[in-house]
Amino acid sequence: MSTATIALGNTRIQRSPAQTTQIYLKEAKYEFLKYLRLRMYTISVLTFPIMFYILFGLVLNSKESIAGTRVPVYLIPSYGTFGVIAASLFATAAGLASDRGLGWLQVKRASPMPPFAYFTAKIFTSFVFSTIVVLALFALGIAFGGVRMNVGQFARLFGTLVAGSLPFSAMGLALGYFTGPNSAPPTINLIYLPMSFCSGLWVPFMFLPAIVKKIALVLPPYHLSQLALGVVGAGTHESAIGHWEALAAFTMICLGIARIGFQRDQEKMYG
Amino acid sequence: MALARATVLGDDANTGKRINNCELAPVPREELKMIATLEQAHVANSAGTDAIVAGLDGVNKNYGDVRALCGVNFRVRAGEVVALLGPNGAGKTTAVKLLLGLLQPNAGKVRVFGGDPTNPENRMRTGAMLQVGRVPETLRVREHIDLFSSYYEKPLSLTEVLAAAGLEKLSDRKFGELSGGQRQRVLFALAICGNPDLLFLDEPTVGLDVEARRMLWDQIRRLVGKGKTVLLTTHYLQEADALADRVAVINKGEIIAEGTPAAIKAHTAGKKIRCITKLTIDVLRGIPGVTEVKEDREAVELHTGEAERVVRELLARDPNLAGLEVTTAGLEEAFLALTQEKNGNDGN
Repeated sequence: MSTATIALGNTRIQRSPAQTTQIYLKEAKYEFLKYLRLRMYTISVLTFPIMFYILFGLVLNSKESIAGTRVPVYLIPSYGTFGVIAASLFATAAGLASDRGLGWLQVKRASPMPPFAYFTAKIFTSFVFSTIVVLALFALGIAFGGVRMNVGQFARLFGTLVAGSLPFSAMGLALGYFTGPNSAPPTINLIYLPMSFCSGLWVPFMFLPAIVKKIALVLPPYHLSQLALGVVGAGTHESAIGHWEALAAFTMICLGIARIGFQRDQEKMYG
Repeated sequence: MALARATVLGDDANTGKRINNCELAPVPREELKMIATLEQAHVANSAGTDAIVAGLDGVNKNYGDVRALCGVNFRVRAGEVVALLGPNGAGKTTAVKLLLGLLQPNAGKVRVFGGDPTNPENRMRTGAMLQVGRVPETLRVREHIDLFSSYYEKPLSLTEVLAAAGLEKLSDRKFGELSGGQRQRVLFALAICGNPDLLFLDEPTVGLDVEARRMLWDQIRRLVGKGKTVLLTTHYLQEADALADRVAVINKGEIIAEGTPAAIKAHTAGKKIRCITKLTIDVLRGIPGVTEVKEDREAVELHTGEAERVVRELLARDPNLAGLEVTTAGLEEAFLALTQEKNGNDGN
């Protein structure tokens, strides 16, 4: 009689906690280095928000205000959100799609690498690059934009924006499981650019047409940017909890989709 | 020496659909759990008596309607080098991925070290060199090795790994800056860095030039000398011959022959004779020992199992014969011969 194999549960490998930690740290470190050295990534992720901020926040419009908030101040949460989203999406989705589609992830899966280490490394990389973008905007704003806030405000803004990296890392993992190595970058762009526009990350939210404002309510970048803007007093003054809940729900959904992709992948044929 | 014939496992359980004679019926989970536990107990009790480190047992694997493996029985014994030899699309990579736990079979059993291949403890003892389309290019060679080594319990030192893979001078080079042969050696290094007991090499020299191939063979031989078990897949008969103790020939998802490289080669002993001659096709066909005659531009190509006899005859009949070449028949002809034989044997 023929029997099919099953996985006999997850028999744990006998690794010391120290060794496991080392694996996670190394995985994270090399994932970060990999992207740091990838000019395509660093340029597109870091330079765009910085360029836009310099152009629209410092060179032009620096004396103007948007609904009571000075432009150089307003644009930090705005472009900061944009930068965090880009950093997180491109650190996760494109790499995952490529690793899956071209066989590299299989090499890692065939090794004793704890699968979770791969994902935490990607999320960690997203956090680090998000941090870099946000701090760069802070530095520019303080140095050239006359942005003056107290330390608490800077800290809250920083915390909000960098925490916002997580929902978009989750989104990147979900996307990465359902796109191919070549289709991933254009798909990411096709999704997050319109999403960002409709959330008021470029044209400030209050100037968007009414119908777009309605759409924005279901867009995660809207919620993140409103939270960030709220720190500098420029948000639409809705309850912060609502935004956090929306982001949390979005994160859960994306992680669920990613998990489905992960399990489906146990079976997929490559090449 | 007789060539062992592999047979397609006949199944008496008759549930589920049949695609090309391969059963697709799953067994209920509770039953599976119990069977698996009993089997583990059995293996534990008989540890030491069974030298099989990995095996496929009546395995079917389908991708939708495409049958990749059908009723495959295949064993890898401790300390040997086994080559899975077959043309592209034969199912070699599928077999390796099943043994690595990257795929689940539709029917049959896959066992590595007596347990399920997805068992993380098994992965500690295996290393794999797979065909990869893209490896992170911005990381250096030593960084790749460092990361993979960290997954294992008792990895080799970086120096040892670099030496074993012939990468001493390339340690700081970024992967993207390496040539094809060098990249293959890095993948090889990642397979051996954990000092595994069981090594899987999936087409390790594909796409390499002759020199790079010879260098990798040397490195594999050195490893084998240390008593590792190696499963190698390839479509080069030469490679199987150069490295393996035992060869299993696979074609279209079935193992059609198994034996030592010498036995396999003897079986594919057909030769091709190419020459420019004034003799006509009909005359050539009439030469005893000639199985086939083809024209190839200005020359003719003869197939025969008795090359020396035919060559003597040719030279006798046409002293002005030119451009004489005698080569072994290709693997495709060999597969054809083996498959036809198998079908002949099974059909009776």
